[in-house]
Amino acid sequence: MNITLKEGIDWVGYIDWTVRDFHGYKTESGSTYNSYLIRDEKNAVIDAVKAPYVHKLVEHIEALTPLESIDYVVCNHAEPDHSGGLPGLMKACPNATLVCNEKCKVALEKHYDTSAWKWQVVEDGDTLSLGKRTLQFINTPMVHWPESMFSYVPEEKLLFSMDAFGQHYASAFRFDDEEPLDVILHEAKAYYANIVMLYGRPISQTMERAAELEIEMIAPSHGVIWRSHLKEVFAAYQKYVVCKPRPKVIVLYASMWKATEKMAEAILEGAQECGVEAQFFNVDSTHATRIVTEVLDCAAIAIGSPTLNNSLMPAMAGVLCYMSGLRPTNKAGFAFGSYGWSKRGGAAAVEEAMKEMKIDILRESIRSQYVPTEEILEECREAGRMLGKYAEQFAKD
Amino acid sequence: MKKYICDVCGWIYDPETGDPDSGIAPGTAFEDIPDDWECPECGVGKDDFSVIED
Repeated sequence: MNITLKEGIDWVGYIDWTVRDFHGYKTESGSTYNSYLIRDEKNAVIDAVKAPYVHKLVEHIEALTPLESIDYVVCNHAEPDHSGGLPGLMKACPNATLVCNEKCKVALEKHYDTSAWKWQVVEDGDTLSLGKRTLQFINTPMVHWPESMFSYVPEEKLLFSMDAFGQHYASAFRFDDEEPLDVILHEAKAYYANIVMLYGRPISQTMERAAELEIEMIAPSHGVIWRSHLKEVFAAYQKYVVCKPRPKVIVLYASMWKATEKMAEAILEGAQECGVEAQFFNVDSTHATRIVTEVLDCAAIAIGSPTLNNSLMPAMAGVLCYMSGLRPTNKAGFAFGSYGWSKRGGAAAVEEAMKEMKIDILRESIRSQYVPTEEILEECREAGRMLGKYAEQFAKD
Repeated sequence: MKKYICDVCGWIYDPETGDPDSGIAPGTAFEDIPDDWECPECGVGKDDFSVIED
């Protein structure tokens, strides 16, 4: 495996092939925790790995340089998938000083026993000379936590971008030109949607700052390193930050005795008549991870749930809670669902959740007492056609 | 009227624009925002904001 980014700069992280749950994000493709080693007059490690794999990180460093020769350990982000290995790493490297910003220091002190650590607290714009190379620090709050930071090496035009541009993607390769680009971009999209979709504004600001830097290579903290397709991933992020709609309709539903499912099918049929891309997800069979990945670039969404116990189906409530936290923007749609005797919950609760998410409500919700009649199904088809026509106005790319 | 910055995430409250999405009309001074208002970016309360001195 090629691990060399530039002469004297190597990947020393851990490939987590088996992880399938990342605080609720279903990581079907595993992940990597990327650490990097810069060997210069001073040696620096950029970020650590998850706690259980610190021995592999230490092993990878030791294969390239003695642990005593590590002068700095830079922490760009305090989340435990990167910082969990810091206590072990700092113990293994007796001469290392932990370099991070003030917010990160506070966060690390609230996670670990840091009493034996030496610190160097840096501010936005500060530089640290390693000899031939310099580390320049750029605060990037909320990309992904308040303390998040980029480290930039101007001499190498290399950006350590933390979670930005990352992918939960374990593979045998470390670079973006060693695998099909569409696979990597799909993983980058899923990562964006599930981890940072709600921070479109700060990410957009960070992109503007990054545009001022000369960048030849982006080394994120998860997934492959960008060296050949920077233009493509930047272009993708420009769309992600505004959840740019494509001509795509999503029908998302939960069902109890298939009444709401029949309505969902009719809405799908209507949307399909328009020739736009139409997707169909039952919350019981499709994980929220996939759903929000698809929501990121849809134009319109119909969401349905029957009334259960005067509320809505718990699985749908979970998906709506997850989606509303991630705050998709620029979406329109409507709610639907069946009920028995109480009109509480069901479509009313779904519509309420959609309004809270600031989804444009295009029509009143469609409701069916028990099993939908042909008349109600035709209303669903018509509403599907309306969603399709609405979605048609957007460009494909 | 002064601008305020969120100490946690860096979001800036500009009284000229307010925070209409949370019902804070343009022209509202930071001091006049209800105490239960939250930073639209990261969700912390008014206590975590600092005044931006000119």
